[in-house]
Formats: sequence, structure tokens, C-alpha cells
Amino acid sequence: MALLEVDDLHVSFRTSDGIVQAVRGVSFHVDAGQTLGIVGESGSGKSVSTQTIMGLTRGARITGQAMFEGRDLLTLGQSDMRKIRGAEIGMIFQDPLSSLHPYYKVGWQIVEMIRQHDKTMSKAKARARAVELLKLVGIPQADRRVDDYPHQFSGGMRQRAMIAMAMSLNPKLLIADEPTTALDVTVQAQVLAVIKTLQQEFGTAVILITHDLGVVADVADNVQVMYAGAVMEKADLRTTFFANHHPYTEGLLLSLPAYGGERERLRPIQGQPPSLINLPPGCPFSPRCDYVMDRCRTETPPLASVGDDATHLSACWLPHDMAARNELRRKVAGEPLPAQAES
Amino acid sequence: MNAEITATAPEPAAGDDVLLRIENLVKYFPVQSASLFRRDREFVHAVDGVNLEVRRGQTLGLVGETGCGKSTLARCILRLYNITSGRITFDGRDISKLKPRQMRPLRREIQMIFQDPYGSLNPRRRVGSIIGDPFAIHKTATGQERKRKVQEVMELVGLNPEHFNRFPAEFSGGQRQRIGVARALAFRPKLIVCDEPVSALDVSIQAQVINLLADLQSELGLTYIFIAHDLSVVRHVSNTVAVMYLGQVTELAPVDELWAHPRHPYTDALLSAVPVPDPDKAGQRERIILAGDVPSPISPPSGCRFHPRCPKAAPTCMEKDPVLEPRLGDEADHLAACHFPVEDGEDISKARPTISAEDRVIESGLLGSA
Repeated sequence: MALLEVDDLHVSFRTSDGIVQAVRGVSFHVDAGQTLGIVGESGSGKSVSTQTIMGLTRGARITGQAMFEGRDLLTLGQSDMRKIRGAEIGMIFQDPLSSLHPYYKVGWQIVEMIRQHDKTMSKAKARARAVELLKLVGIPQADRRVDDYPHQFSGGMRQRAMIAMAMSLNPKLLIADEPTTALDVTVQAQVLAVIKTLQQEFGTAVILITHDLGVVADVADNVQVMYAGAVMEKADLRTTFFANHHPYTEGLLLSLPAYGGERERLRPIQGQPPSLINLPPGCPFSPRCDYVMDRCRTETPPLASVGDDATHLSACWLPHDMAARNELRRKVAGEPLPAQAES
Repeated sequence: MNAEITATAPEPAAGDDVLLRIENLVKYFPVQSASLFRRDREFVHAVDGVNLEVRRGQTLGLVGETGCGKSTLARCILRLYNITSGRITFDGRDISKLKPRQMRPLRREIQMIFQDPYGSLNPRRRVGSIIGDPFAIHKTATGQERKRKVQEVMELVGLNPEHFNRFPAEFSGGQRQRIGVARALAFRPKLIVCDEPVSALDVSIQAQVINLLADLQSELGLTYIFIAHDLSVVRHVSNTVAVMYLGQVTELAPVDELWAHPRHPYTDALLSAVPVPDPDKAGQRERIILAGDVPSPISPPSGCRFHPRCPKAAPTCMEKDPVLEPRLGDEADHLAACHFPVEDGEDISKARPTISAEDRVIESGLLGSA
């Protein structure tokens, strides 16, 4: 059984402009020791869906199910949720400065986290554990830096301290929401290496939310591509990059400079993402899609398996037979994806 | 140190080909000293002896980590900061000592595009009046004529000229960045400094804006200085790339040359750290993970500023400043400031420094041993 199984999650917010349908029927699961990459642009619902699972979206209308070890997180009471949050599901946010309290020492914040969930642990023991954790994530002179304030840490160190805090109670699941977006590439490489090493050591399942396909290629086992609050495509890592089905996945990859060749023009996806208040009828991607057909504008395609592969799902009306799909790709997008041509 | 760099700086080219020349540019910011009684002030060495040239119609990419001085350098070029010392020559004219009033007419020719399309537009003013500002400030067009010019430039950047009366909030991030581009283009400047113009945008929108900048360059013969932390974007747009570290240029080369033969270990590490959107290559690449963070620019390390993090550091690196010059028989346009440049095919991910860890103040733990 999967560690976390989310089924048909809907999240909407009432605003003065109308009802924002942030997440519209999202299902996914994560197994122990696996990394699920959730990719999408701003407003695709990737953060809202995981925040809802953690019980962090107040005032939202939520339906669906999120089973974590046999318990539905969406119906759990506040105090039960508090026991799971942090202890069994750790979370890392994008901005490491605003996720640490500027007024308290870094070590104190980790100690508080540990003692909150394990009241029997002595202060001295918790502090020793905090030092050990900071060492683990590569903070130099951890026994001294444990008494530093967040502003005395650099951006990369703060994010590592956040990881230390998230890992302090050996959670079974770690949700990392854009963990490296605010960091330099060199520091990003360090932080991703820390997450990978910790995962190997403790068998933690990871949900990695990012817009950076390079990061996904580096760490994910499975990838879920989201657009306008819904899942467009779901597949294992190699399929996502080399044999994707959905035009949005293809468009995301083609718009990267690293993909389009050196001096060639980039191939952006035309237009803008839709408003989540007035969604177009049919497929939400249809106004921007190069392959659009009449049917796409009226009927919403279901998430269905591609070819015989039950693990590869795509919400698109294009033929689900890969040979026919590739034929179409050649006709519309010109030459096949460079990476596909190579392999 | 500066004298040494001057001696080897490229001789000014005879032709009129160079639009912008930066010589020995230094910018220090004073910081409050820790002690109340000490009178001597400390300085952040934000830009410390930079020499660069930008040719007409070309794009110079500036890359480096946070705090390496790339944005400060950009702001010095626009004279948004007064420079500490050095010289900036724009279009054959020394602009380093100009007063703000003397600088004003030149602002038509040097413009800037900012990173944040939300923060750089006044939310309470209509788009037409934001883009019309340059015309108002320079008193070149009023009334109907100004409106016509604004709509012309809106069309040029792919905005609907009928949206003249809308507020910035009614536009998406990508469109807002187009407004920023339109404002910069109002006077058809010669040089545009783009400070992280696409990093706040979504991937699919980034490509739209990059294509727009490329089209405008070929149409209007613009010259760009392009600052970005996303190296794949820099590679796509630049002719020449300068890598900066702690206020200094560590390597300067034509873009393909830099990617093919990075000479400075820092360049090599930077390039290897870029995540590649290809699962097969991501697995097999030898990634050089640099230990630690960028040191404080208030008291930069002695000798080569990269030595505390460099996998190839040797005692010489702590003592002697490396000169920015061609290394290992490279062409004259490929310069690197390193005593032990990286050879072709050399794998520095396994290299170990020959100076002690105490000297490097290196961190231990997971990454130190990785």
C-alpha cells in the first residue's frame, strides 16, 4: 500500500471576484523511499494540493480523500493533525528566511520542534540531537552555530537548517515545496545532494514541488505535470522526458533553452495560463495547444493510460497509441524532441 | 593589485566597435563598524577592479552567485551608484565623473530592465502613462503625439495598444515584463542592461520574453548586458560571458568557448551544478559540489578569492592574486584568473586542495566528504 494516497482532491476558495478552483480532482500516491516530482507553473495548484493535505489551507472548500497510513488527513481533527504535521510529514518551504523565526536561535527552533512532539526528551538531549542534525546537513562547526540566529546563516545554510528541522523527527514523508528556487545553482546542488542522501539513509518518501525540470530530472522517480488545478500527465521520470504524451509536457520541455539547441529561437508556449475563476470549457490547455481539435474545446479529457502502460497517464484527446502520437508530433512540432532523436 | 590587472588589460581597440568600456571599476560600500569607538570604517568590496568591454549589437552575459557584484556592476554602469574609482566609457565618452544633471541626456541611450515585473511598475498608474514617462521626463513629446509614440512602442513589444488605459494589475507577469521592456525602449537606447529579466517568470513565459529581446536586438541593433543566474538562459542569449566571483571577473570568454573549455575551477563548478533537464545525463554527470558559501565581501580572502572553496587550491593561491589573462594557450579573447587552470577533459570533482582545511576554513560533515 502506498504511504500517501490522495484521491479526487478538490480545493476551492471563495474570493470577492468569484470562486477560485485551485485544485480540481487531483489523485496521486507516493510510496516509501520514492520521490514524486510535481511540476507546473504558478497557479497550477501544485502547492495548494500539498498544503491542503497538511491542513494548511484555511477557509477553503475541500472534498476528496488523502489517506496517510490508513487515516484520512482531510477529516482529521486539529490536535491529531498537529501530531502528524512535523513528526510524520515534514515540510520545507521555498523561502528559508521567512520560514525561520528571526527572533529565536536556530538551535532553539529545532529543539522546540523535537520537544513539542516528544515531551519526555530532556532539553540537553534535544539540543544534542539538534547539533547532530545540523552536522548531518553539513553546517560547519554545528556545535557553535546551533546558537546562531537565522540572520547569521547564509541562504543555503538556512535552507539546510530547515531540512534539519523537517528531518528531526524522522518523518516518513517529506514535502519540499520549491526547496531550491531561492538558492544559487552551486548551493542548490548542495541542498539537493543533502535531500538525496537523507532519503537513501532513512528511506523517506519525498514530494518535490518545482517548476524547474532540471531539478526534477535530477531527483524524481515519478513526475506529475499539473496545469490549471488538474493533472495533465503522470509518468515515470524517463517517460516524462523522452516519451511524453501531453502537449503541455512537450511544450514545457521545448521552451527550455537547454532543449531548443544553442542559437536557435526558443519555442515558447503561446498565450497565458487561464484564470481559475472562469476556466474555459473542455481541456484547460486547449487555448494554448498546438494540437487543438474541436472536441478539446467542449469536452474535458479524462486522465487515461497511454498505450499499454498503466503507469503512464495523460489527460488528452490525442490518440493514446504512442506511434500515432509521434506521427502527429512530427507533423505539428516539426522534428522530434532532441533527446528523443538521440535515444 | 589593480596595477597588475591594468598591465594586462586588453588594449583599447582602435575601432569604434566597442560601445561600453569598463576599466578598473571599483565600488565599495561603507558599513557600520562593529565597535562604537573605532573610527576606521569597513567596506563591502562589491566590485573590485573589473575590466570589461561590450561590443555594439552584442550581448554580454554576466553570471555569478548572489553577492558576486553583478547587479552592483550594472547599477554602476547606469551611474545609479557613484563609483569609487575606475573609468566607464560609453560610446567614446567618459561617463564615470558626470554629474546627475549631465548624465540625464545620456539616460536616453542607456536603459535598464528590472527583475521584478511587480515591483518595478507603479500599481496606481496606467500603463500608458508608465511607458510615457520617458517622453515626459525628457520633454520630447506631449499630448496626442506622446500617446501615438507610446502605442507604437507597445505594439513593438507585443502588447495590444488598446490596453493603453489599463493598470499593471490587469496584466500577467509576462505582459508586465513587456511593459518594462517597452518603457526601456521608448527612446531606442543603444544599451540595455537587463538585470534578471526573466527569472520571476514561468518557464513557458520566459521563452516568450527571451525571444522578444532577441527580436528587438536584431531589429533595432540593441546592445545588451544580460545578468541572470540561470546559466542556460545566459548561454542562449549571450555572445560573450563574464563570470564574476566576489566582485571580480574570474573568467571571460565567448559563450561556446566558455562552455567547451572552462578554465577557472569556479566556472567549471558553476556549469556542472546547473541541473540538466535530461534524466540520463543528470545521472552520469560528475557534479562538482563546492563546499561552503561565498565568503564575506567585507574582508575577502587573500590571494585568489576563490581559494577557500576551490578543489584545486594550493599554497600559491593564498599568496598571489591570479591575473586575468589567456591560459593554456587559449585565444586572446578567453581570459581566466587562475594559477592552476582546468585542462581539457580534467575532472576536478575528485581533486583535493593541497592546503590545510584550517586555512580554507572549510566545513565538515556530509558535504565535506561527499
